[in-house]
Amino acid sequence: MEWYLPVIWAGLIGTAVAMYVVLDGFDLGVGILFPFAANERERDQMMRSVAPFWDGNETWLVLGGGGLWVAFPQAYAVIMPALYIPVIVMLLALVFRGVAFEFRTVSRSKTWLNVAFTVGSGLAAFAQGVILGGLIQGVTVRNGSYAGGPLDWATPFALLCGVAMIAGYGLLGATWLTMKTAGPVSSRARGQAKWLLLAVLVFMVAVSAWTPLVENRIAERWFSLPNFFFLWPVPVVTALIALLCWRWLENGRDVPPFLAAIALFLLGYLGLVISNFPYLVPPTLTVWETAAAPASQIFMLLGTVALLPIIIGYIAFVYWLFRGKVREGESYH
Amino acid sequence: MDFDPVLLGRLQFAFTVTFHIIFPSFTIGLSAYIATLGVMWIRSGQDRYHVLMRFWTRIFAVSFAMGVVSGIVLSYQFGTNWSRFSTAVGNVVGPLIGYEVLMAFFLEATFLGVLLFGFNKVPPWLYVLSAAIVAVGTALSAFWILSANSWMQTPAGYTLQNGVAYPTDWVAAIFNPSFPYRFLHMLNAAYLTTGFVVLAVGARYLIAGRHPEESRTMLRMAIGLLAILAPLQLIIGDQHGLNTLEYQPIKIAAMEAHWDGSRPGDFHIFAWPDEQAETNRYALSIPNGASLILTHRINGLFPGLKSVPAAERPPVKIVFFSFRIMLAIGFFMIAAALLGAFLWWRGTLFEARWYSHIMAHCWWTGFVAVMAGWITTESGRQPWLVQGILRTADATSPVTGESILFTLVLFVLAYGVVFSFGIYYINRLIAKGPDETAEEIGHVPANPLAAAEER
Repeated sequence: MEWYLPVIWAGLIGTAVAMYVVLDGFDLGVGILFPFAANERERDQMMRSVAPFWDGNETWLVLGGGGLWVAFPQAYAVIMPALYIPVIVMLLALVFRGVAFEFRTVSRSKTWLNVAFTVGSGLAAFAQGVILGGLIQGVTVRNGSYAGGPLDWATPFALLCGVAMIAGYGLLGATWLTMKTAGPVSSRARGQAKWLLLAVLVFMVAVSAWTPLVENRIAERWFSLPNFFFLWPVPVVTALIALLCWRWLENGRDVPPFLAAIALFLLGYLGLVISNFPYLVPPTLTVWETAAAPASQIFMLLGTVALLPIIIGYIAFVYWLFRGKVREGESYH
Repeated sequence: MDFDPVLLGRLQFAFTVTFHIIFPSFTIGLSAYIATLGVMWIRSGQDRYHVLMRFWTRIFAVSFAMGVVSGIVLSYQFGTNWSRFSTAVGNVVGPLIGYEVLMAFFLEATFLGVLLFGFNKVPPWLYVLSAAIVAVGTALSAFWILSANSWMQTPAGYTLQNGVAYPTDWVAAIFNPSFPYRFLHMLNAAYLTTGFVVLAVGARYLIAGRHPEESRTMLRMAIGLLAILAPLQLIIGDQHGLNTLEYQPIKIAAMEAHWDGSRPGDFHIFAWPDEQAETNRYALSIPNGASLILTHRINGLFPGLKSVPAAERPPVKIVFFSFRIMLAIGFFMIAAALLGAFLWWRGTLFEARWYSHIMAHCWWTGFVAVMAGWITTESGRQPWLVQGILRTADATSPVTGESILFTLVLFVLAYGVVFSFGIYYINRLIAKGPDETAEEIGHVPANPLAAAEER
């Protein structure tokens, strides 16, 4: 029990974060691509393609963050002070973009709300990348609490991760628009998706090369034997899917590029998990060291296991209800 | 220049939590009102209930969104500003708040979708059922949050090891000694808050001669509810006070500005507590009044502030005055509700314009009373964050004062912009009023704010 409970919780929170990254990723990506639309009618169409989903997508962030607090309070107590500024900036950026989203549909002058929507989306993506990079590069911990300065996270590597996240969410957004819209919006997104795919691959290579070079433990994890025998398919499959994504975009397919983009994200995520497990706060605190008392984890697990299927079922229902392409000028109801 | 992280962290939390509580105290009651309207619509088949249901649902949607947004920030502050709180009591408080997020928030968020978007897509019974589930969800939300907060006031069902609390008995922890009183007090307060908003909006339309049928329905429903709940709140509050006297006597001493426990306590209608001199100035008091209320005996004794060192006392002025503000509003509410019921009984409620004119301006009473009540109970717990376990000053994160100041400024700016927008839209929805044209009911807007604009 002492051993596997934290692992179950790490799996649950990891799943919530993956769901969040993929789902909110595409609607943040739509915000990032907002300035490139030809006119307000196209922007309306882009917004309508994510309108029924975006707030449901963001609830995964609440589940991930809340789960971390409940199941791993020690990790929460280290990560939040360490990444204080990017976390708060991310929250406020999400607030601003959510509000811009809601008010844009009703406001007469849209310019400022467009700016708020794009900047909020981009800033949230950037902050999330910085948070990720800040965790991977390691956090200074002494006696179980954060012992670094307020700007320790601001390294070139973390900032690179921030930019990479903008490109990655942009790719998810572009492939989403390719799939979910019709007309000029869809074809423009198809072109953007190709460029973004290339950018994402460059960033993936950069992060994959940088982390083992800087962090010895990550190099050891991947390149020592016998690990290497099991792990070499990860980069190979990633490269294959990237190639397929490109060809599907070229061949005018609508749905597969989005699925491929999701697969790329999940593979990148898997790579990071392989690099860092069992650390929750690299390079010092593991899932076991930061876990809440078993009684607390079990108590919370009962409720989560009971309610998660309902939540997932509801989300599936919403996506089914609002299936199909969104066309210019039409209401999605 | 040196910035004090404790002070700034408290300022930041006080700012965000005070902002936040405005919205739940309204939406908990409003969701119950919407569900009630739905049930009455189905049972009576009368259109005015349906029109009102749709009208208040739009307002609910905007308020709910702002409540969620301002609430998420709070849960992250437990980590960013108060990380030692997470370390020390996360094992117990964490799951309580976790259940709030999980059960209530997700149930609300999912069925809220049906309530907002599903009107033309689902049968009426499912539509009304969703409204009822949303109402239960908001009450459950209050259940868990109040449980967590009450545990911080009267911890139970735990053991301490090396300054970290471990749960031993979840039932005892959830239903800790002050929880039933605090929960009922807050739930009732939320219903009262909403009741006075509905009363004010109904009165406003009545004066203007708009929506005659709906405004009368709102007035009747609000007064019927308030005439029962407002006096009931006095009884719950009294019981809550007795419970606090048992577990947090110094908080009670501060609420009553009672310095010397060897003598019966007066009830001060007004006083200026002087914390240096340990006495009250300019006191206007009912002799032995506090003793009568708290011990139910004219010469009953209860602990005074001087029974503990000054460092163990809460800030007396804040606790004393916020408690008085809450009390004053509470008595006003009882008077207003009973007066309304009297006019209704006499059959002159809708002709008594003066009553409508006063009530149209009293929409804020519940909000201020809720804030004052929370300031009383939270400030009254000081210097403790978790009574007897963790002091507020020991709970801060290892972050610099500058960082907290920076984010505090960001919060003030962001909340200022976002919430002025939100309140502007709620105002606009109310100004436009419910509409009963067939097209309007047949048409489902893209989202609640589009609904605001389309009118």
